Amino acid sequence: MSWPSPRIRAQIVKELLSVWRDPKSRFLLIGPPIFQLLIFSFAATLELRNVAVGVCNRDNGRWGHELVSRLGAAAFVRHLRPAHSAAEIRDMLDRRLVLAAIDIPETFSRDLVALRPASVQVILDGRRANSAQILLGYLNALVGGLNADRTSPPAGNDSRLPLEGAGGEWLPPAADRDGLAVRHWFNPNLIYRWFIVPSLGGVLVMFATLLVTALSIARERELGTFDQLLVSPCTPTEIVLTKLVPALLIGTVMGLVMAAAGVFGFGVPFTGSFPLLFCSLLLFIVSIVGIGLMISSICSTQQQAILGTFAMGVPAVLMSGFATPVENMPQLLQGIAQIIPLTHYLIILQGSFLKALPASEILAHAWPMAAIAAVTLSAATVFVRSKLQ
Amino acid sequence: MSVTAASPEAAHTAAIEIIGLTKRFGAVDALRDLTARIEAGRLTGLVGPDGAGKTTLMRLMAGLMRPSAGTIRVLGHDTARDAGRIPALTGYMPQRFGLYEDLTVIENLRLYARLRALGRTELTAGFDRLLTFTRLGPFTARLAGRLSGGMKQKLGLACALMAEPRVLLLDEPGVGVDPVSRQDLWRMVNALTADGVAVVWATAYLDEAERCDTVILLNAGQVQFSGPPDELTATLADRSFRLPQPRPDRRLVLSRALDLPSVCDGVIQGEAVRVVLRQGADRQEIDTFAESVGTAAVPVPPRFEDGFVDLLGGGPGGTSVLAERMAPVSLAGELAVECRALTRRFGEFTATDRVSFQVAKGEIFGLLGPNGAGKSTTFKMLCGLLKPTAGEALVTGLNLRTAASAAKSRLGYMAQKFSLYGLLSVRQNLEFSAGVYGLDGAAKHTRIEEMIEIFHLQAYLKSSPDELPLGYRQRLALACAVMHEPPVLFLDEPTSGVDPITRREFWTHINGMVRKGVTVLVTTHFMDEAEYCDRVALMYRARVIALDAPDALKREASAGDSELPTMENTFIHLIEAIDAADNAPAAQEVA
Repeated sequence: MSWPSPRIRAQIVKELLSVWRDPKSRFLLIGPPIFQLLIFSFAATLELRNVAVGVCNRDNGRWGHELVSRLGAAAFVRHLRPAHSAAEIRDMLDRRLVLAAIDIPETFSRDLVALRPASVQVILDGRRANSAQILLGYLNALVGGLNADRTSPPAGNDSRLPLEGAGGEWLPPAADRDGLAVRHWFNPNLIYRWFIVPSLGGVLVMFATLLVTALSIARERELGTFDQLLVSPCTPTEIVLTKLVPALLIGTVMGLVMAAAGVFGFGVPFTGSFPLLFCSLLLFIVSIVGIGLMISSICSTQQQAILGTFAMGVPAVLMSGFATPVENMPQLLQGIAQIIPLTHYLIILQGSFLKALPASEILAHAWPMAAIAAVTLSAATVFVRSKLQ
Repeated sequence: MSVTAASPEAAHTAAIEIIGLTKRFGAVDALRDLTARIEAGRLTGLVGPDGAGKTTLMRLMAGLMRPSAGTIRVLGHDTARDAGRIPALTGYMPQRFGLYEDLTVIENLRLYARLRALGRTELTAGFDRLLTFTRLGPFTARLAGRLSGGMKQKLGLACALMAEPRVLLLDEPGVGVDPVSRQDLWRMVNALTADGVAVVWATAYLDEAERCDTVILLNAGQVQFSGPPDELTATLADRSFRLPQPRPDRRLVLSRALDLPSVCDGVIQGEAVRVVLRQGADRQEIDTFAESVGTAAVPVPPRFEDGFVDLLGGGPGGTSVLAERMAPVSLAGELAVECRALTRRFGEFTATDRVSFQVAKGEIFGLLGPNGAGKSTTFKMLCGLLKPTAGEALVTGLNLRTAASAAKSRLGYMAQKFSLYGLLSVRQNLEFSAGVYGLDGAAKHTRIEEMIEIFHLQAYLKSSPDELPLGYRQRLALACAVMHEPPVLFLDEPTSGVDPITRREFWTHINGMVRKGVTVLVTTHFMDEAEYCDRVALMYRARVIALDAPDALKREASAGDSELPTMENTFIHLIEAIDAADNAPAAQEVA
């Protein structure tokens, strides 16, 4: 008998056609990945752009003007809103017209020229804590730049009480002249996309694979063809193996496309070994297929399968280190994260892109995926077999 | 469009008037220019195969849809302009009973009463009346989901009767209901019509039509016949004959009889062959033919179904191209299927209890029984969908427990729902079935082409099975099931809801294959299909309570009468006998 046997070939063709000829699943496979790639890469970025900042410049001197013009020219600032009093600043923050306001005192230039510690007040909108934190960092860097360009010795800072109401922040000392210089390895400019695009490749492959496999058995059950399959000579092992093929194919293509989009579309450097990443991708998909088939075999309708996919998928993404570092989680959840294939795959993926992850490290994260795949696929086979009892 | 004005005195008794009704769904006309009257105090049968437009018409009459053209007046109210008033006047019981399965019987009744905004005093009196009427009194605390099919229908009926409607619309109330419960439903409906309620009973079972006062026969969205059923059968007077015990083989005799020019329709009835002659045909040909097969043509009263087949221009011929092309089946043993003390328990519940029977090669064997009697469980164990708790199931001598894959490759399976892949085209479905049963290369190709030719599927190869007319879908399902020339064929309610012409064509193929030595196992609710069987096993309460040839069972139930009872009455008789023997009080409950 030639391999694969006609029986297995017929089933594989059927599986591929079922996915491809279903307009719904076709859309699910093509639409969301593109949307998510665009959304995560452009919209859901942690970089700040297009910020409105209020400025109350009470200083008539040179340095006050210099600071305001540098603010106006900064890439992250879109609007610079002039204010003339503390009350006006408060009002702008209250109405969310600005994310932060800078109050430059009358004595700013005078103090600088007189080599006295000079200070500016920054008032941030504490309701938008994350963005405000990032903005503060940017402002710090901007003031640091001003300081550096000034030929005169550094300006010190003092602290004043924050304004009431809006969460206030005081500009910390401008970077010490002889203080430390931070250098971010592997991603020196901290380009957020370098992190998000490769990771997205893992998350989307997981959802696509999970959905394709979760729908497969549930669809047959819902439409009554599963019985027809079970009365045929096909064995449960064959059924599980042939349901693996389309998911493997779709997942691989999607994984490769996402990687290519990262390298060629977003200019993310790829420093690791492509063959090793490819093998890890296959292993990752197989482990996800096992989970998908387990979901599928306990669902009797496609709707349940889709709900099951998200019930499994969303917590898996949240705990995988995509959103927050695994190390920050409680001990118990860290343990659970280890049995999520995505956790391991994300490490391999990010490592392969940015830091030329060595083979030994890849292996260390590949074997857990292999173990998960072995367990979930056997469980899926048992589930299918149990339908025969 | 033909508009008929109802005469004033006729309008008096008309509960529903339908004039020039057309309903379109996209490009498809579900109903075309339909005109009919439904009268108060009468039971009107809305009869036709699946897809004829019965449910569409029901929903239109219940005011749930608006006509594309034409009008419907329910008790004088136009359903389009006066849609708000229709629910108060009609009781509508949809096909899938609108019951809340997680509520008890009484909670369902209460819910429907509140939906109808009935007062509290009316309620208690109404409930007592309905519970007595439906005999659901002892089961008020049971969850609706746990009721049997028959009891669900009765509860559905009770809910529909809540507001004492003057028009009652029942959409296929007989589906999934065993003959015993069906009798109960008829009794209730007759009591309602006696009170002056107009009852519409939609059904695909043509034998149910004969029990209606008047019938509207629908086919492909058009009225084929409207009037009392006798009126249609009268046109067939002296045209129906029975050939008792023909020689050598009734299936061969039927096949040859159907090929006679004067014969328009024929079926097998136990040991006999029943034929209907074409309009104006002389009975000489059938007499000569009967003589040649060692019997005589005995005139019998016509049936409603004969009339329907006649209206549609007669049944198909008697020759199955499928069977003719088939090689005779060779089996090592004489036994095709065997079960030995087959038992299956689900927790505490025993679904089948030590069921044993043997099916010989070339036999049609029927499994009959009310819902929950264990016939599906037995059937599933025999085709490998379920593992027995104890006992053995063998197909062509192969044990399904130890040699599942080998045994399964020897059987063909066709289910009621025609489990075809809707996402694949017709050709892809054929290729899948061929491949799954190990056909490959040239053999696969020629076999598929053969199937396309035999079942006339050329025009549909690129369509999805879901888009096919029901008859073609059934052909495709049969093609997929017999692709690999299985020696044993399992049919699970293969022709319920299918129009009589397609059903005859189907049985022509089956009869032809059986003559080539194929063994057929069939489960059915359809008493007509039971007549095709060589032997039937009647299951009740997880056991086989009777196993014999259909005619032998009928004789047993006839208690010496010269006239043999129908299969349905035989069935009821046997079950009641068991109930009476088991415990007398319970028997009264059911009857």
